[in-house]
Amino acid sequence: MAVQQQGATGRRRAAWQTLDSGQLLLISSVALLVVVAVTQVTAVGLDHASAAVVFGALIAIGELARMEMPGGREVAPIASAAGLGYALLVGVGDDGVTYSALQVVTVAAVGMLIGSLPHIAVGRSPHIDAMARRLASVSLVAFCFRPVAASGLHDVWGAMLAIMAVLAMLSCAVDVTIAAVIRSETVRIRLGIALLDEARAKMRLCAATGATGMLIAVSTSTMGLAALVVFTAPILVAQVAFRKYATVHATYLQTVRALSRVAEVGGYVETGHARRVAQLSIGMGRELGQAEPELLELEYAALMHDIGQLSLRDPIPGGATVLASPAEQRRIAELGADVIKQTGVLDRVAEIVRRQCDPYRVGVGKNTAPPLASRIIKVANAYDDLVGDSTDRDRAAAVLERLRLDSTSEYDPAVVEALGRVVDRATPVDF
Amino acid sequence: MRELPLAAWAFVCGVIAAAAVIVVLAAHDSEARPHWPALLVLALLFLACESAPALLNNQRAVVSLSFSVGLASVVLVGPAGAALVGTVAVFSLHRSVSPRLVDRLLKRAYNGAQYTVCGYAAGQVYQLFGVRPGMPDARSFPHTIGPFIAAAVTYVTLNLALIGCTLVLSKQAAIGDLRVRPVAQLALSCLGFGMVGLLIAGLWRVPYTAVLAVLPLFIARWAFAQTRAQQQAYEATIATLCQAVETKDFYTRGHSERVSRGSVMIAQEIGMRPERVEAIRYAGMLHDVGKLGVPTKVLQKAGQLAPEEYAAIQLHPMRGLEIVREIGFLDEALAGIMHHHERMDGRGYPMGLAGDEIPEFARIIAVADAFDCMTSDRAYRGRRPIEEAVAELRKSSGTHFDPDVVQAFLRALDRDSWTTPAPAPLPDSDVVETTEQDHDDPTAPLKIAGDGAR
Repeated sequence: MAVQQQGATGRRRAAWQTLDSGQLLLISSVALLVVVAVTQVTAVGLDHASAAVVFGALIAIGELARMEMPGGREVAPIASAAGLGYALLVGVGDDGVTYSALQVVTVAAVGMLIGSLPHIAVGRSPHIDAMARRLASVSLVAFCFRPVAASGLHDVWGAMLAIMAVLAMLSCAVDVTIAAVIRSETVRIRLGIALLDEARAKMRLCAATGATGMLIAVSTSTMGLAALVVFTAPILVAQVAFRKYATVHATYLQTVRALSRVAEVGGYVETGHARRVAQLSIGMGRELGQAEPELLELEYAALMHDIGQLSLRDPIPGGATVLASPAEQRRIAELGADVIKQTGVLDRVAEIVRRQCDPYRVGVGKNTAPPLASRIIKVANAYDDLVGDSTDRDRAAAVLERLRLDSTSEYDPAVVEALGRVVDRATPVDF
Repeated sequence: MRELPLAAWAFVCGVIAAAAVIVVLAAHDSEARPHWPALLVLALLFLACESAPALLNNQRAVVSLSFSVGLASVVLVGPAGAALVGTVAVFSLHRSVSPRLVDRLLKRAYNGAQYTVCGYAAGQVYQLFGVRPGMPDARSFPHTIGPFIAAAVTYVTLNLALIGCTLVLSKQAAIGDLRVRPVAQLALSCLGFGMVGLLIAGLWRVPYTAVLAVLPLFIARWAFAQTRAQQQAYEATIATLCQAVETKDFYTRGHSERVSRGSVMIAQEIGMRPERVEAIRYAGMLHDVGKLGVPTKVLQKAGQLAPEEYAAIQLHPMRGLEIVREIGFLDEALAGIMHHHERMDGRGYPMGLAGDEIPEFARIIAVADAFDCMTSDRAYRGRRPIEEAVAELRKSSGTHFDPDVVQAFLRALDRDSWTTPAPAPLPDSDVVETTEQDHDDPTAPLKIAGDGAR
């Protein structure tokens, strides 16, 4: 998401320096594996060359059709399924195949490379870590399954299918785990939460990929390479469906982002206010361990937190709600929540907006404390109202101090501390 | 359900009779006796798929996976078997909504009969190519693909033709309503799902693997459902945010939504592609978003506007563009928002484009915009009747509006009705803000100081 680039904008760094250590470790170990595999295969030669070429081509096509799922996750379902299918292949037609795991690695790597070339040619730089991750999960299955394929268990389909199913699930688990480790590092969230997020986002696509991988292996083994063409149809349909989903999801977010600017164009709030509050809020939400669905709601609420100001006859001077009277603040929040509630689909977002100016500590007999997202937006809004787009560190520090002083009654201390950490990271440091 | 016309009765009964003949023949044809266990499993699978349809909701069309099972049985158990498998659609758990028992029974019988006829015909076509029904193996599999495609085409075409005939004969649709594009799309997606039948047939030798072919499809179904839900949420959100912009003025409530509807009517009348119609829907919805950038006191000012105030109003399309530019829209929609106040004679704003220089989207939105403004209440005047607004559009076509667009709009108006807003109750002037003049109103141009001509 948008926040993660902030740290890198301060200074120019070499391309590899923008990678975290986890990504570097993954990429270098996969690269080493590929070098070993290619060397070995060139020495020994390809076993069942026609199958290797067909599967390699399918992997290349899948890589060409890779797409981005919500949350900036790159996936290539067709390539993954084809790689898995090649790793799980026990025969072509009635002819048994016994190639090595290293050949699987080579074919997958070459296919992925060829499929990436058009992307590079049009100037889209590849996500090397995502490619390495896909290759790693295929390689793992290959190393586990190739010995089984060589053992001649061919005719016991029940046992074969069971082993394949376990390995397909294993490859999904590996993919999710690697992605979560890298994500927890790049956007700074706890590993447990990253794992859950990743599993939630990928579970269904993984199941489709795994099933198709097995399907390809079984059908090619019983009916020969002609089957390969026909049996990729289900994953094609799934790919189309998920691509549409990702597009609509992205447009939705873009639209809310764009329309959050109506209050700015109307002169109600300072330019860029909604977006800065959203960025800060997401950073704080991550610090405080919010999972992705909650973060999305938080982002929507933060973007639209000032929408209630549209109902005011005259803009508040400077648009800073932190300077308005509490009654006025509450009215804006209520009006905004009413607008959002009318959509009929963003009820939780409306609730967050409604409670955004409630003080953290409430007196006896009053309502419960506001939800975490509201507390986050309250702090982020106050900070941005007072700091604006200034990059002055002293000013930021002074504002933080003021929020800390208020944090016994107005602001949640834990949230203010989270803001401190986010601001610390985001401010460029010059030595 | 209304009473069926005689022709429809005859047609439905004819299809059912044909199916009955096929079933009797199939049951007594000792030569092509199908493989009973496989037939049983296929019948159960078919029933399951038929009972849980709606695999792919392509807006209007509902495609169920039963197509693929029907076609799998063509390969595995031959025409007689496929006909028998199709018959079980009679027992589908999918509830029909008709209130009358006779209608429900008739629908069931017809549904089963239709699948029976299709299965039998597809099976015959499959055999025409000299392929014997049965489980394909490694050597024969490549040779079944061609005949299978022919069988699938037969199955789908026959099915759609039967459905089309009943729709037309029972007067639920006129022949003119059946457009080529949607029908072709429907046929293609049916064919796609029919192809799954080949997968099921090909994997019949290895138990349980048919599940593997169906699982990704069910996941795809989930994704399609999510996409639809997300799309609806998206539309609701855009509509609401536009309304939030409209709360500035009591009288313009619902304006954006009506302009959007009017623009879509015109676009469809002109015969735009569905993607462009979709884009103009959003463009119409968002066309006045930039009005927020105009100070309220200018928008609501009674009497003459100072030149700089008029300039502020003229800027609102640009402001709108500024807001929506980052949305992944078609460029056309953006151009439509930016130029919706241009005039054909070049005296519009913000750029003073004339004639064909004005983007098509903008010419369309301009007509819908002005029409809705004229037919709704304003603080300074009541609504005009539709006839009067139409006359005004006619009068200004060529100078203000594009004549072709106006013609298209009038044709669309004749066909579909236009819902004018509910009469606005007299606003409580303490609470609600009203406008004393409206920049959209072609009959009452803005009064600008020092410009008597306008």
